Amino acid sequence: MNPGEAAGLPTAVFQVNQLTKTYQMGDVAVQALRGVTLEFMRGEFVVLLGASGSGKSTLLNIIGGLDVPSSGQVLYLGNELTASDPVKLTRYRRDNVGFIFQFYNLIPSLTAKENVELITEISASPMDPLDALELVQLRDRANHFPAQLSGGEQQRVAIARAIAKRPKVLLCDEPTGALDVKTGIVVLEAIARVNRELGTTTAVITHNAAISGMADRVISLSDGQIASISQNEHRLSASELEW
Amino acid sequence: MRKLDRKLFRDLSKLKTQAIAIGAVIASGIAVFVMSLCAYASLKEGQNRFYRDFRFADVFATPRRCSDALLHRIGEIDGVVLAERRLVFDVQLRVANMVEPATGKLISIPPQGNSRLNQVYLARGRMVEPGRAGEAVVSEAFAEAHELVPGDSVEAILNGRLQTLHIVGIALCPEFVMQIQSGTLLPDTERFGIFWMNEQDLEAAFDMAGAFNSVSAKLAYGANREEIMDRMDDLLEPYGSTGAYGRDENISHQFVNDELKQLRTMAIIAPSIFLSVAAFLLNIVVSRIISQQREQIAALKAFGYSNLEVGMHYLNLVLVIALSSMVFGVGFGIWMAKNLTVMYQQFYKFPLLSLEIDPIAILLAVVITFAVTVTGTWFAVWRAVSLPPAEAMRPEPPPTFRPNWIERILPTGIMPAEFRMIVRNLQRKPFKAIASITGVALAIAVLIVGSFSLDAIDYLIDFQFRKAQRQDLTVGFVEPATSSVVHELSNLRGVTVSETTRAVPARLLFQHRSKRVGITGLPPEPELFLLLSETEQRIVVPENGIMLNSALAGILGVELGGTVRAEILEGDRPKLDLEVTAIVNEFGGTNAYMRKSHLHELLGESEVASGAFLKVDANQQDEVYKRLQLRPGVASVSIKDAAIKSFTDTIAENMLTMRSFNILFAVVIAVGVVYNSARISLSEQSRDLATMRVVGFYTSEVSTILLGEITFITALAIPLGCVIGYGLAWAMILGLATENYRIPLVVNGSTFAFSCGVVVLATLLSGMIVKRRIARLDLVSVLKTRE
Repeated sequence: MNPGEAAGLPTAVFQVNQLTKTYQMGDVAVQALRGVTLEFMRGEFVVLLGASGSGKSTLLNIIGGLDVPSSGQVLYLGNELTASDPVKLTRYRRDNVGFIFQFYNLIPSLTAKENVELITEISASPMDPLDALELVQLRDRANHFPAQLSGGEQQRVAIARAIAKRPKVLLCDEPTGALDVKTGIVVLEAIARVNRELGTTTAVITHNAAISGMADRVISLSDGQIASISQNEHRLSASELEW
Repeated sequence: MRKLDRKLFRDLSKLKTQAIAIGAVIASGIAVFVMSLCAYASLKEGQNRFYRDFRFADVFATPRRCSDALLHRIGEIDGVVLAERRLVFDVQLRVANMVEPATGKLISIPPQGNSRLNQVYLARGRMVEPGRAGEAVVSEAFAEAHELVPGDSVEAILNGRLQTLHIVGIALCPEFVMQIQSGTLLPDTERFGIFWMNEQDLEAAFDMAGAFNSVSAKLAYGANREEIMDRMDDLLEPYGSTGAYGRDENISHQFVNDELKQLRTMAIIAPSIFLSVAAFLLNIVVSRIISQQREQIAALKAFGYSNLEVGMHYLNLVLVIALSSMVFGVGFGIWMAKNLTVMYQQFYKFPLLSLEIDPIAILLAVVITFAVTVTGTWFAVWRAVSLPPAEAMRPEPPPTFRPNWIERILPTGIMPAEFRMIVRNLQRKPFKAIASITGVALAIAVLIVGSFSLDAIDYLIDFQFRKAQRQDLTVGFVEPATSSVVHELSNLRGVTVSETTRAVPARLLFQHRSKRVGITGLPPEPELFLLLSETEQRIVVPENGIMLNSALAGILGVELGGTVRAEILEGDRPKLDLEVTAIVNEFGGTNAYMRKSHLHELLGESEVASGAFLKVDANQQDEVYKRLQLRPGVASVSIKDAAIKSFTDTIAENMLTMRSFNILFAVVIAVGVVYNSARISLSEQSRDLATMRVVGFYTSEVSTILLGEITFITALAIPLGCVIGYGLAWAMILGLATENYRIPLVVNGSTFAFSCGVVVLATLLSGMIVKRRIARLDLVSVLKTRE
């Protein structure tokens, strides 16, 4: 256990130091990240804001263990993530990270409950899958297949799937990107509730500035660098957001 | 190059492993097709050329002794172009370095140097010269078996006198393309040879001056053969002819025709299997490409490409795969036909067997490939191009799933999520699943059909030559021998058991069907020559009536209890009505049996024997051979084990070659089906699999889903493949059954195990290739796109 955690003090879940990432796209080298340094605190709700190509997805993929940086370092609870091999990264994702994607990425051949169970089956101390669905208010749709659910419902199943293993961090990449405003609000409420009730460190990527109102901290990225970081005095609820 | 064609080649390069797997299936089918038809053309042409150039006769008859004066009357029969007399005798041979006896068929050569029918093709040396006694030309197969060359000699017992045959030449003859002693089932080139000798030599040795005991005739084109044979019988029956017979009863001719029949069957069955598998593979691959390129199709159409242009683009994609594989297939087929022709040249004795490339076969290969490709893919292509562009722009509606019956019968919670994914994915595309299972099953079936003949022949040899025929030696007498001769024979030192038989030629008739056969008289409870039923039960020879083997009963269409008419073709030629008292199970020849004492009674003769079965003390075998050779009345001695060995040696080599090709083809089918099926599942599910990787599943766990699908397909294919294989083996046996052979339907457990094992290995191989692709899934990109 981390000493800070024992003391109940705000602890950095992630420490990101001088992170760079360069993609080779044919003959062109694309610099997606140009030396990003920041920290994510325990239980914090962070919104990463930026235009497309600003590097926010690359950052999220690296801290989620899906990608490796060109240089720099990511520490997760003091352990160096960037030094891990693919098997260790899989283990890390399996035990610690919940993902929510723009296009839900549910398994179409499994029902809502089964999609959640897919994760609880490989977790050490998961929730009851139905409780996870309850948390996103979809318990009554548990036996529906993804094709039988609306977009918002599918995204809430994805949230239930992500949190059912009680992850320490929840990483959301444009979770409302494919949804209309009304449905987007429902989904954001579900994410906020998980953050509030389970204390899960939550990072949400978006290019929709309105969502920033929900965050503890808003980090703006531009051209692979941090443009600004702002702290919200009061977090708004999703329904209070003005799109 | 048009841009659309450039797209075609780029799409193709992405598909290359799949294209190769499909191409191999097409190429295999076309190769077998081309091989069968070219080998057929080569063998048929070789046969026709040899028969024509060396004047193979159309009709034969064998009187016991007939005056030369009768020959011109045969020649005068309407429709007979040429009739030729000759002398033919089976004699015992003594060959250096071989203790066992061999049989020689001596055939006379007229003084002008070569016969006018059934001419001899001289491969080496020279023909016999009139006036030079003791010269002989020997058949090539026998010469090769004993490494005989002109200048060597063998000894033969001609009418009781030992005589030396000086070999002057080595030859082939259309009558003996395959050398099989009549009455035996198996070719044995070591113990049966043909010798052509001067007519005067044989006339002198057998006291046949001015007479003949064999006549062959060439008929005019379109002549009525049956009528001519009846006329010949009228003329020759008084001289002991057992009835004229056509070329189709010549064993050598039958063997070559059986092979031709086999090649034709192969040209139909094998390509049908391969090409239907190929059509299915092309269908699933094209369907997948089209669903991936739905939006591209919409864009092309939106910009003004016509349905036909878009359709042709996808059709061309598969045609490139199919037609280029066809070219390989044709080449490989011709190569195999060339090897097969070389093998035929060693097995059958033709002067020249050259590879005939059948242009029609190649034309058909092109047409068939084209037809298979278009029918396999047309539906998928048409469905894609006929979609209005606006609709095609939208993504395909998401797949719908529902829990299936397997899940309903299993208690909830017992099935892991991975298993549910496998079952539901298979169920969502039942056509693909069923066709994949059938495809893999066909691979198993191909192996079973290709391998079971070894089991069948083992069983045949065991049944026919160990359980039924228990003798070591079969002795044939020149003339029916009296009981004293038989008594002497059984007292020969080294002979432990002896059993005599009486065989007479006869024509059996039932309704409008008839067949010339030998009726063999046996003791009531034979010990050395057992008659067995289909269930291997021993049949006691009944006092009256006649017993037919199953092939003969089938030809006559008679059943147990029916009455057949038997026209005996020897002695007083009585015509008898006999009840069929048993059907005997035998795998070769058309034979009839009855109680020996009853036969004597019907023929009005005392107890005589035309042959004997002997069981010999193994330690004294060689002495028994020597003693038998010295006995004047003995015309032939055949050794059962030697014949079996010679037969198995010959076929074993051919079968191993065929078997390795079958393994190759089955692996091609199995890998083609399993790999493509798994590859397409991977493509359809890559998003799901990548998502699972992202949320923390290991590569091995994710692989379970695809490998599970492959395993599931193979597991279901195994029983189906065994059933199809057994069915095809059965069909093949029916198709190949001839008067000479029936192959029993016997497939051993080890053959099933071997066939399934090869396919399981092919499945594992495909699985390993697909697994490597799972490890390379791009985790990030699949999360960013909607499929």
